[in-house]
Amino acid sequence: MNGEGNSGPVFADPITADLMLSVNGDEHPVTVDTRETLLDTLREHLDLIGAKKGCDHGQCGACTVLVDGRRVKSCLTLTVTVDDREITTVEGLAVDGALHPMQAAFVERDAFQCGYCTPGQLCSAVAMVREVADGWPSAVTADVSGPVALDDDEIRERMSGNLCRCGAYVNIVAAIRQVGA
Amino acid sequence: MTTVAAPYSGTALDRVDGPEKVTGRARYAYEHAPDDLAYAVVVQSTIARGAVRVVDADSVLQLPGIIAAIWHENAPRVAPIEDAELTVLQSPRVAYRGQVVAVVVAETIESATEAARLLRVDYQVEPHDVELRADHPGMYRPDHVNPDYATDSELGDPEAALGFAPVVVDATYTTPAQHHNPIEPHATVAVWDADGLTLYDSTQSASAVRATIAPLFGLPPESVRVVSPYVGGGFGSKGAPHAQVVLAALAAKQVGRPVKLAATRRQMFAVTGYRTPTVQRVRLGADEEGRLSAVVHEAFEQTATVKEFAEQTTVVTRMMYAAPHRRTSHRLVRLDVPVPTWMRAPGETPGMFALESAMDELAVACGIDPVELRVRNEPTVDPERGLPFSSRNLVACLREGAARFGWAGRDPEPGVRRRGRQLIGTGVASSTYPVYRLPSQATARAEPGGGFTVKIAAADIGTGARTVLTQIAADALGVAPAQVRMEVGDSALPRASVAGGSSGTASWGTAVVRACEALTDVLHRRAGDVPPGGLEASVDTAEELRSQRPFSRHAYGAQFAEVGVDLDTGEVRVLRLLGAFAAGRIINPKTARSQFIGGMTMGLSMALFEESVMDVEFGDYLNRDLAQYHFAACADVRDVDAFWIEEEDPELNPMGSKGIGEIGIVGTAAAVANAVYHATGLRVRDLPIRLDRLIGGAV
Amino acid sequence: MRPFAYERAADVRSAVAACAAGMADGAGAVYLGGGTNLVDLMRLGVVSPGVLVDVTRLPFDGVEETAGGGLLIGAAMRNSDLAAHPLVRRRYPMLTQAVVAGASGQVRNMATVGGNLLQRTRCSYFQDVTKPCNKRAPGSGCPARNGDHRNLAVIGQSESCVATHPSDMAVPLAALGAIVHIEGPGGSRKVPMPGLHRLPGDTPERDTVLEPGDLITAVELPPLPFAVRSRYRKVRDRASFAFAVVSVAAALDVEDGMVRDCRIALGGVAHVPWRAERAESALRGSPATEAAFAQAADEELAQATPLPHNAFKVPLARNVVVRTLLDLVEAS
Repeated sequence: MNGEGNSGPVFADPITADLMLSVNGDEHPVTVDTRETLLDTLREHLDLIGAKKGCDHGQCGACTVLVDGRRVKSCLTLTVTVDDREITTVEGLAVDGALHPMQAAFVERDAFQCGYCTPGQLCSAVAMVREVADGWPSAVTADVSGPVALDDDEIRERMSGNLCRCGAYVNIVAAIRQVGA
Repeated sequence: MTTVAAPYSGTALDRVDGPEKVTGRARYAYEHAPDDLAYAVVVQSTIARGAVRVVDADSVLQLPGIIAAIWHENAPRVAPIEDAELTVLQSPRVAYRGQVVAVVVAETIESATEAARLLRVDYQVEPHDVELRADHPGMYRPDHVNPDYATDSELGDPEAALGFAPVVVDATYTTPAQHHNPIEPHATVAVWDADGLTLYDSTQSASAVRATIAPLFGLPPESVRVVSPYVGGGFGSKGAPHAQVVLAALAAKQVGRPVKLAATRRQMFAVTGYRTPTVQRVRLGADEEGRLSAVVHEAFEQTATVKEFAEQTTVVTRMMYAAPHRRTSHRLVRLDVPVPTWMRAPGETPGMFALESAMDELAVACGIDPVELRVRNEPTVDPERGLPFSSRNLVACLREGAARFGWAGRDPEPGVRRRGRQLIGTGVASSTYPVYRLPSQATARAEPGGGFTVKIAAADIGTGARTVLTQIAADALGVAPAQVRMEVGDSALPRASVAGGSSGTASWGTAVVRACEALTDVLHRRAGDVPPGGLEASVDTAEELRSQRPFSRHAYGAQFAEVGVDLDTGEVRVLRLLGAFAAGRIINPKTARSQFIGGMTMGLSMALFEESVMDVEFGDYLNRDLAQYHFAACADVRDVDAFWIEEEDPELNPMGSKGIGEIGIVGTAAAVANAVYHATGLRVRDLPIRLDRLIGGAV
Repeated sequence: MRPFAYERAADVRSAVAACAAGMADGAGAVYLGGGTNLVDLMRLGVVSPGVLVDVTRLPFDGVEETAGGGLLIGAAMRNSDLAAHPLVRRRYPMLTQAVVAGASGQVRNMATVGGNLLQRTRCSYFQDVTKPCNKRAPGSGCPARNGDHRNLAVIGQSESCVATHPSDMAVPLAALGAIVHIEGPGGSRKVPMPGLHRLPGDTPERDTVLEPGDLITAVELPPLPFAVRSRYRKVRDRASFAFAVVSVAAALDVEDGMVRDCRIALGGVAHVPWRAERAESALRGSPATEAAFAQAADEELAQATPLPHNAFKVPLARNVVVRTLLDLVEAS
């Protein structure tokens, strides 16, 4: 990130790119401003409103989507960088109209209140369970060179990138435990 | 008043809007996309006091895709209403840093944001004053405190009683400014057409937004429609409209197109309200057995120059404990700061941190168990109003909570329990919140094809209102919840009170019950026959509420905390938090538990993390993002649970319910602070309890 | 955000050339890794490049073993892949611990090793373009000295800047003396940590010794057998998803109760990941006792020049160094 400088006001024309974006298995031809984030493309151009804008700085997790199966912040992802990736949003979790087990568990355990952080929590939870299955250690894994198991401490640590202001964490952990354990 | 038979009230129905929320289909304010939409982004002042000299609007209009740059010289005029927070872009005056001085409208978010960044604003700068101090010479006595309580109260001779008391606690507590930070930023989509103005808004009251905005634009209320089906949290910041609603409407009017506008997270720290910082002095006088003879609670707070908001911080002390001699007061200073507002349990939240910390200090001073101390000071009637309590089960909450928490046999000695490298301590504090009920209207409708629709402009900001109102309506109609469709979140529905003051279920529930009863009567008269156009009945509860009997109505609770304090680092972690509540009849145990533990979780955040730091040199809140303004992450919230005492109270409403949205945050911070004292022997009187307040002390 | 051109580099030479061309154009060209900090800084208006050269597709996303038991880590490797790599976990546990202590799962899936090293400070004045900051706008002043500096530097700061380096990962890399591989317009070179980052002095606008157009291609971890017993301890205000108030990376080689060798670095205290060389020399050959650890920490922290609101970091750092070393003794 060297070489930058705050060169003061520059009045420049937007630069656009034509891309094919793969979201939830559908191909979407889009013309995007290079400045556009994946979050804004999804919400403003594809009417995929599941991914939420909570902070736009990567600090709340409401915008979490999966890129090639991995959870990322779509507010810090420039759309031009993911034209060769497979994107999954909360709208893509349910299969044939049936709720994904994680979605069903969130309803059953009342793992949300206002619902605004929920799509990000869900995408994050689904990917997180997979990360544990792949043996990735976390900050609470006692021995990082050994195997990992999905206990409550692990769930809490791994879900800490998704803030919930309503305070539904206890129920979120219960829902994930129910599905992931 | 008798409460209605209620087979569905009291059952743990899943949220009726759950599937919408978990699939991403629930549409929040900013997600409404009328045709020909334009994007608006606001520009904030970079000075804390002075005036806008000129805005170089012309230069950004050269940028591609820019439609308008609006400032006070070219903005459409609005009516000069009293609420100066809302009469935006009408004058050059700058009253606080971050006040909106311009709004840019463009074809895309990216262009609007860039133009807002580049827009040059020249100011005439004046010196600012942004620092709250109890001895600020500008301290004044407001006419009343929020919403309409007396500013001060006095009974007996508290100074003399303090002079005579064998045990006196005299301590000053501070709470910092705190921001609500709902995860959904405040957003509005404004659409003007031949019929008037439609606002898709993120609000706790569609009816209130309509009532406030219509006169601002010289419109009759029926020409404004506010649609707000889903709201991503509010906690008070969305209780009344803020500048962004007016700005969206102004911008849409100016450019003749629908306009979308959201405050960014950083902007929210100046333009969507916050909880005032407080300085509180509490003096308790007691005998050796801990029986209070005097309670004095004085609060010093800030407000803005454009608008007064007086947080009712010491009002709770007027009814909490028995004592013959007492005084409470509030003093405010007008500073060059953003406008404070309601934040979850305004008054009770900061006030009970101070009072319940002081009670713990008194327990220590008297050598009495803090649960027992509170029981000993239980009043028989409201101590200042003299009214009987409609129900008051604080003692039951303390006793039952203590039993479930494992409080018995607690060694009061501080700083002696170790688990690994942590010092362990436990603490308790009381909770309380008033029972409010506000007039509302509702319509119940029997559909020709079967089933019922119940309409009310209520707001479900995550409380579960849609769900509990469905249960309440089902019981009132004598049908299953699946037979009832609730319509909320639209000012075109019957007018409803705000989702605030924990009054929603009581206020709207009363209207829903009465509407359903009225419809049942009509149906009964028609022998159940529903005509092809359906059948409906509408009510207004204003009259019913005027005839309420005089009682002191409050919900109560007790919160128990266990904390671990790292011996090496001073890091405080809440290991356990248990809340016991007595809040009338619980209509949905599932959503109610979520409300209680949600409030407690926010209380935990308040105790350990939350602080908006005033930058004295520049006059704004400095830590304007969620990496710097911390509230609890998942890892901070371990074993948090709540339960409730069965409580029958016939003096409330047809459901027999008390509000539960706010009581959960009341007292939590004190319970945690008291536990930190028990763990370490260090009394932290200034929130938040960060490690730098502990390192170098006992730790 | 200012409009910018986006280019995706297929190989190192074209990446460096694209960046150089962008700079020559006067537009300002920068490399884009995971974007977790850069995109944010662009949104804040702190940086406004005219060209972004995406280097995430460069073939530098793996771990290779080097002669003698070290590792060569590709700079485009995602933080989560680095932390999960079996050889990293086994040989350098403090590195895995540091990486997973940083940010959140989502951010670690995006952030690259190279980008993590080049994170900018999270000082609130630096991030607010409406206020002075010598790092962002040289010569404009440093309001943090008399303003909010609770979480800023206590060692090695200057009159012009009191920023801290925010990276967790860089702390164990500094302790290990990792070698940063760089390709630039002037050819390739290697810079050993902690020498990549620089103290602010009177040019705080420069975080590192990199020259314009330089691209980090790899980070080499020298063999250090005793690093199998190493530990990263992070102190933070929130239990997770928060920057360090203070952190320590330490590796300890103890034989017969004596310290044969050790590596210690501190995070959250300085403009750079702070290698505690004084403490290390004090400890080599001394008994592995709490008293010796405390004395070594004190020697290191004697250089501290804290400000009024961050003086607590000095005893905090001392405590954490001592406790981390004691934990390592216990574990061995």
